[in-house]
Amino acid sequence: MKAEAVGIRQAGEAARGVTMVQAINDALGVALARDDRTLLFGEDVGHMGGVFRASDGLQERFGTDRVFDTPLAEAGIMGLAIGLALGGMRPLAEVQFAGFLYPALDQVMSHLGRYRHRTRGRFSLPVVVRAAYGGGVHTPEQHADSPEGVLASVPGVKVVIPSSPERAKGLLLAAIDDPDPVFFLEAIKLYRSQREAVPEGHYTHPLGRARVVREGDAVTLVCYGGMVEVCSKAAEVAAREGVELEVIDLETLVPLDEATLLESVKRTGRMVVVYEAPRSGGFGAEVVARMAEEAIYYLEAPLLRVAGWDAPYPPYTSLEHHYRPDARRVLEAVRKVLST
Amino acid sequence: MDTVRFVSPKGEVVGELPISDEELLAGYEAVARARHFDERAVVLQRQGRLGVYAPYRGQEAAQVGTAMALLPSDWMVPSYRETAAALTHGLPHSQLLLYWRAHAEGWNYPEGVRVLPFYIPIATQLLHAVGLAMAGRFQEEPWVTMVYVGDGGTSEGDFHEALNFAAVYKAPVVFVVQNNGWAISVPTERQMGNVRIVDRAVGYGMPGVRVDGNDLVACLVTAREAVERARRGEGPTLIEAVTYRLAPHTTSDDPLRYRDEEETVRREEEEPLRRLRALLAARAVWDDEREAALVARLEEESRAALAVADATPEPPPESIVEQVFADLGPDQRRAWEALREG
Repeated sequence: MKAEAVGIRQAGEAARGVTMVQAINDALGVALARDDRTLLFGEDVGHMGGVFRASDGLQERFGTDRVFDTPLAEAGIMGLAIGLALGGMRPLAEVQFAGFLYPALDQVMSHLGRYRHRTRGRFSLPVVVRAAYGGGVHTPEQHADSPEGVLASVPGVKVVIPSSPERAKGLLLAAIDDPDPVFFLEAIKLYRSQREAVPEGHYTHPLGRARVVREGDAVTLVCYGGMVEVCSKAAEVAAREGVELEVIDLETLVPLDEATLLESVKRTGRMVVVYEAPRSGGFGAEVVARMAEEAIYYLEAPLLRVAGWDAPYPPYTSLEHHYRPDARRVLEAVRKVLST
Repeated sequence: MDTVRFVSPKGEVVGELPISDEELLAGYEAVARARHFDERAVVLQRQGRLGVYAPYRGQEAAQVGTAMALLPSDWMVPSYRETAAALTHGLPHSQLLLYWRAHAEGWNYPEGVRVLPFYIPIATQLLHAVGLAMAGRFQEEPWVTMVYVGDGGTSEGDFHEALNFAAVYKAPVVFVVQNNGWAISVPTERQMGNVRIVDRAVGYGMPGVRVDGNDLVACLVTAREAVERARRGEGPTLIEAVTYRLAPHTTSDDPLRYRDEEETVRREEEEPLRRLRALLAARAVWDDEREAALVARLEEESRAALAVADATPEPPPESIVEQVFADLGPDQRRAWEALREG
């Protein structure tokens, strides 16, 4: 009776599609089943299945040796992952929130990004670090941080940020196959906000390629993660007024697919880059710099950023939406670049 | 018994010697080799043939004794002070010269050598050692991991996290703290509230042993027990080897700015090589002829290693961006081409 009920529920979910956190859970299970060297660990990921349930049921399936809780220490998690990888394992570490990564940054900057280079390839670190990031769901302080630009500035680590269930699974499995360390940041806002059909079993989407999610000729909107739905919404609104915006989801920040961006920006002559980290020194600044270097003679308007303000993310329910970019602010920027 | 000691500073055996004369002689030769490397390295640095070098004069017994407790299949995780330990565990002499002259091939050493590169960020290596130890268990490879840190390193958060993780997971790892009295200019008593580092083991729920770090025999016997314990699956051990840094922190340091010369001179009387020589003399298992043969062998080894290091070609500029990732990414490709063109 109980098993039957579960079966009906699962069949129902398959038809409706799955959420991003379910797709991530699916990918982790596929990876653990494919390779015995794969280990999943972090705070509360074992018995409880993770604070977002990304590892729900995986300890039951794969045992307490391969899916396990760590003590509450992020530098410890990162250092453990590096040591396991040096010993031939394929660690999948979870850090509950990207804003909790800061104690681990010594391990990231001193070792995770350097080991291959230091030893000229004698050692490599096939480590995947997953962390929830970004705002929009009224979390306490620190929980909504978006430190992707910090991570992207560390040589030797890759940074991937998915924006949908189907993409998340394929990108995560590609990150797990990658021979080098990958940060996989998951927008909290997207964990359960959308459902999508996701193929069963193992499949990958290659890292290092941006994805055109909507074609247009007026302005190129560059975004990733939680900002993809914001930009898509802006593009829908603009389309009603007959303005076609091209939306590019970077998906991989490092290595950056500059070619796809250049092709688009040279065609539209206008670009707005949207991210929720503080504006100054954020990853969008890097995108803008590259377009200024490579496409300046094609530009019809200044390159603009729509981003978080230059302040810490405000953990206040009534103010948060003034900080995190929304479609209204994106469209303001679009109007500005179209009016020049 | 608080601090484990089998040989007094004068070379007298305390109780009964727990190792064979054969092993004692092997230990003496390894300590002499380490001393020879260190003295030679300081000279090479002064000649401009090595870069900044971290000498370890006085700490040879702590390093060699613990390293001798390992099997070749065991892993060693050293900090930058552990040249003697790495040399003892099989890292080639020429490779160490390459590292200390800051040559790009310094850490590109043969596969079979189970020593990780020297760690510069203090205490970060301790966590890697825990993971590495656990990896052996997952793969049913019975390796034990020995990791080194100094007294200053015990102040870092990673020290705490590593010992806690190791205890929670019963990782087969041996933590060796070389308490050499100084973290550059800061003495142990200004580094911590309780200078008995070994006491911390209780807090983590693991055995701790304090050992005379200038007594090779004590270091070897203590480390061997800890390694065997780890190999039996009984978890980690903290060893505090109490020694003294007779040398400057590095060849760029001037210890006269922070400690008295007399103190160093006095501490020379406790140093491990002198102690071993007295012990060997008392046991009549060594003579001038054998000493001369050993010195000749060590000098030949140094000459050969230096020749290998000198013959290792310098890498081209574009190698700077190689091995950032397994394959050159688009950004590295662009840099690679720019560097190649000059």
